[in-house]
Amino acid sequence: MTSFVKPKIRRKNEPVNALNKVRADYDGTASTLCAGCGHDSVTASLARAFYELSIDPQQVVKVSGIGCSSKSPTYFMSDAHAANTVHGRMPAFATGAIAANSALTYIGISGDGDSLSIGLGQLAHAMRRNVDMLYMLYNNGVYGLTKGQFSASADLGSTAKKGPANELPPIDPAALALSVGATFIARSFSGDREQLVPLIKAGLKHKGFALIDVISPCVAFNDHKGSTKSYAHTYQYYHKAVHADYVPPSEEIMTAYGEGELMPVELHDGGTIRLRKLDGEYDPRDRAAAFAKVLDGQDKDEILTGLLYINEDQPDMHARKNTGPRPLNQIPYAELNPGAEKLAALQMTMR
Amino acid sequence: MKPTDIKDPDYFHKVVDCQWACPAHTPVPAYIRLIAQGRYSDAYLLNRDSNVFPGILGRVCDRPCEPACRRTRVEEEPVAICRLKRVAADHRDDITDRLPKKPENSNGKRIALIGAGPASFTVANDLAPMGYECTIFEKLDKPGGLMRSNIPAFRLPEDVLNEELGYILQMGVDLKLGHPVGSMQELQDQGFDAIFVGTGAPKGKNLNLPGRDEAAGNIHIGIDWLESVAFDHIETIGETVLIIGVGNTAMDCCRTSLRLGAKAVKVMARKPRAFFKASEWELEDAEEEDIAITVNHSPKAFVTESGKLVGMLFELMDYDLDDSGRITEQRVTGEVMIPCDDVILAIGQENAFPWIEKEAGITFDKWDVPVIDEQTFESTRKGVFFGGDAAFGPKNIIWAVEHGHQAAISIHKHCQGDDLTARTADYIELESTKMGMSEWRYSNAYDASDRRQMEHIALVDRFRKLDIEVELGFTPEQIATEVERCLNCDMQTVFDAPLCTECDACIDICPVACLSITPNAPEADLRAIVQAASADQALFTSTELPLSGRVMIKDENTCLHCGLCAERCPTAAWDMQEGKLTIHYAHDQKLSAEQ
Ligand SMILES: Cc1cc2nc3c(=O)[nH]c(=O)nc-3n(C[C@H](O)[C@H](O)[C@H](O)COP(=O)(O)OP(=O)(O)OC[C@H]3O[C@@H](n4cnc5c(N)ncnc54)[C@H](O)[C@@H]3O)c2cc1C
Ligand SMILES: Cc1ncc(C[n+]2csc(CCOP(=O)(O)OP(=O)(O)O)c2C)c(N)n1
Ligand code: SF4
Ligand code: SF4
Ligand code: SF4
Ligand code: SF4
Ligand SMILES: [Mg+2]
Repeated sequence: MTSFVKPKIRRKNEPVNALNKVRADYDGTASTLCAGCGHDSVTASLARAFYELSIDPQQVVKVSGIGCSSKSPTYFMSDAHAANTVHGRMPAFATGAIAANSALTYIGISGDGDSLSIGLGQLAHAMRRNVDMLYMLYNNGVYGLTKGQFSASADLGSTAKKGPANELPPIDPAALALSVGATFIARSFSGDREQLVPLIKAGLKHKGFALIDVISPCVAFNDHKGSTKSYAHTYQYYHKAVHADYVPPSEEIMTAYGEGELMPVELHDGGTIRLRKLDGEYDPRDRAAAFAKVLDGQDKDEILTGLLYINEDQPDMHARKNTGPRPLNQIPYAELNPGAEKLAALQMTMR
Repeated sequence: MKPTDIKDPDYFHKVVDCQWACPAHTPVPAYIRLIAQGRYSDAYLLNRDSNVFPGILGRVCDRPCEPACRRTRVEEEPVAICRLKRVAADHRDDITDRLPKKPENSNGKRIALIGAGPASFTVANDLAPMGYECTIFEKLDKPGGLMRSNIPAFRLPEDVLNEELGYILQMGVDLKLGHPVGSMQELQDQGFDAIFVGTGAPKGKNLNLPGRDEAAGNIHIGIDWLESVAFDHIETIGETVLIIGVGNTAMDCCRTSLRLGAKAVKVMARKPRAFFKASEWELEDAEEEDIAITVNHSPKAFVTESGKLVGMLFELMDYDLDDSGRITEQRVTGEVMIPCDDVILAIGQENAFPWIEKEAGITFDKWDVPVIDEQTFESTRKGVFFGGDAAFGPKNIIWAVEHGHQAAISIHKHCQGDDLTARTADYIELESTKMGMSEWRYSNAYDASDRRQMEHIALVDRFRKLDIEVELGFTPEQIATEVERCLNCDMQTVFDAPLCTECDACIDICPVACLSITPNAPEADLRAIVQAASADQALFTSTELPLSGRVMIKDENTCLHCGLCAERCPTAAWDMQEGKLTIHYAHDQKLSAEQ
């Protein structure tokens, strides 16, 4: 007899979070992705972050597009709400859902094809609106699900598994996000959980659009020599700029780091993102500096990682539109639909 | 932390918790797999290589393996290792022609074995097929030692005992019954090439309290009393019986009393339950038979009336315990007289060697215990070896067997003029068990079934005779379920660091989160990462991984050997490999000259 299903087993000394849940309570069904795919590792980091933040899965909405990456919501937090939408259209779906109910926690999961090829316009507008969600861009440089064609994030000169080098310049999601108005922009790597898990926690707690561009190698079609999105290449050119930790409201910021190295950013929930400089004087709260740093990284062929930009002061979509915090499904029908008379009166004001 | 040396034969042996805990290192998971395949005879013989008496031990072994069993890391109850051993014995075919044979010729060496208990029998089992002429001298009229004279037949049927002793006698062993050895010197003068002392710990402890002499007729020393019962010298006992002590001997005494007609049997304990010496299952079996166990009663005097025992006086005890359960303070809070007709003392055994003369050249320490080498089992007199309860005081059958194996190696080396300490080292061979996609050569799926409960013969039928076996053995359904509970801890997770691409797939699939990839650090820090709390098991640490220079770590304590890490790994950096441990006995020792 053999088995490939991860059994639910409780260790005797297993730690629990504030909701008395174990880490395995944030698992989903068994992954059907290729063994060794970076996506599974990112998904595990997500599960860990939700577990560590003691977020109730039933208060979470997972949305995705199409692709191997977009299949990932199935593989964690089975108890959360979820929608697998149309290729490249997840941002619009998410924007609508968030407009209707901002009381839940939203996590979008997408690929580089889904986000930067077919879905580029959708992604740009969600960022522009500063929709309050965490958007995970599982970036492997190819369309994994359709067997490895170059995506819009493939680097110039990176070679396909069997075939020629890519001839089109890549879209850097970080640079794009900076230009269109995202307020939390980070890059990381599936293999660096020490960096990624805290980033996810910070991104979830950020009010506004948080983008994490996470390099997540496709072992089936883009992990060979000549690829610039392989495990080996990523480890070689990996460069950490800033480390970010989320500190919940109740905890005090420790002074374990030398002065000047710590840059606390206050969040709307009363918590703090604690930034630690790993690369010179770079300050991710400065948009112009962030731009320069990202472009500099491109020039140097560095994979620049960490929290690259954060702005906690920009209003999110709801704040900008001045829409109330009450979810639509909790507003009584009579209030939602005040009747024909009220409508006629409203129309009169527009004549 | 330094990379783990998985070539050390002890490294993977230790991971197989049951085998490591078994004094004779019985390859438990391997025999359980044979049972699962219905290969009962093979399972029996594999057992026999290490523990010699699978039928006996499958019933009455002390089972140090079970508390150690890995299964207890995720649930309360261990695999029923001992019961499965009995399954192999119960369902085996006639295996006599597969046993070691009586050799054609003697090698000219004569070995004297004193006492016909499991220790001596194991030595004979190992040496007789090699051509050694083994003579066992036994004081009693039947062989088996305490297995016959003290372990009651309702736990160990006589025919099971006879059969397994018979296997060894057929190897050409000369058994001299009714032959007490009264003088070591006389035996030494008979020109044996080696002497093995396997006489056990034959002296039951006495309790000298007021009234002891007056009431002597109704006060019995537990092990002597059981022996008298076993040999039909005692057939009755009073209606009300008090047993003093709560060890395993006490459990046999109380249950035997019931079978001799006692109506009310009380086991009297000086301390609370947590301090009982008896195995949990022996306590349960006794309580099932309505034995009352009374705690916190310390014996003070035997009460007699006109020269006859009428009861016992006890002091009522009160204890203060600290957080770890140790007694910090004790007080007497009163006294009570408990009426009874008979008292059985079951408070321990001691060695006694009145027949070994001072001049025999064997040194005894200040407690009158012989000084024995812990590796070779040789006494201070060359060529005289001790084993079983005679060596280091009362233990159990499986220890007696292991002592016997080790003493046999020493006797062989002694007779061949070899260095006793130049023993052939164990070694481990690893072999991949991968059969194909999602297929392994063992049942890797985790089976969540609870431990199967042994059926007992109904209470109404049990007491009619002294030798009605209480445990009925496992049914086919119970066997089928229980074998699947074994986690196959000898299917080792073997890691090949250069192959790892650090994709984390193994870490995420592991159901007990015992893996991680992390920058190397001191052991305590690495242990914290995977919650490797138990210091009894190692923390595996790989060499540096090729891409990031970090290390793969694994808590050997919590791993369930489910193989999912190896299943999930895209590069086969993890593999499930069967670790076959070879343990050497007397017959396959390399002598120094050949090494
Ligand atoms: C009541 C009771 C119940 C037990 N139950 C269990 C159990 O369930 N499971 C378990 O594993 N262990 C049990 N034990 C312990 C176990 O029986 C012993 O540890 C084991 O039998 C020791 O084996 P041995 O070969 O060292 O000696 P023994 O079995 O004690 O055999 C020694 C033999 O030497 C003979 N002998 C002694 N002196 C001389 C002499 N001078 N000349 C010739 N012969 C001599 C004795 O008659 C005896 O036959 C129990 C013990 C007792 C007392
Ligand atoms: C409208 C539409 N066009 C094309 C496809 C085919 N298609 C499926 S997945 C995919 C690309 C996915 O790439 P990416 O988002 O990078 O995901 P990955 O599989 O690499 O994780 C494409 C083009 C589709 N499903 N729908
Ligand atoms: S094809 Fe690539 S992206 Fe898709 S599951 Fe396989 S490795 Fe992952
Ligand atoms: S699970 Fe099986 S192999 Fe592991 S310790 Fe228990 S009996 Fe032994
Ligand atoms: S075999 Fe592998 S996956 Fe299974 S428990 Fe052990 S380390 Fe974890
Ligand atoms: S699954 Fe294999 S390649 Fe991936 S991290 Fe584990 S051992 Fe390394
Ligand atoms: Mg992709």
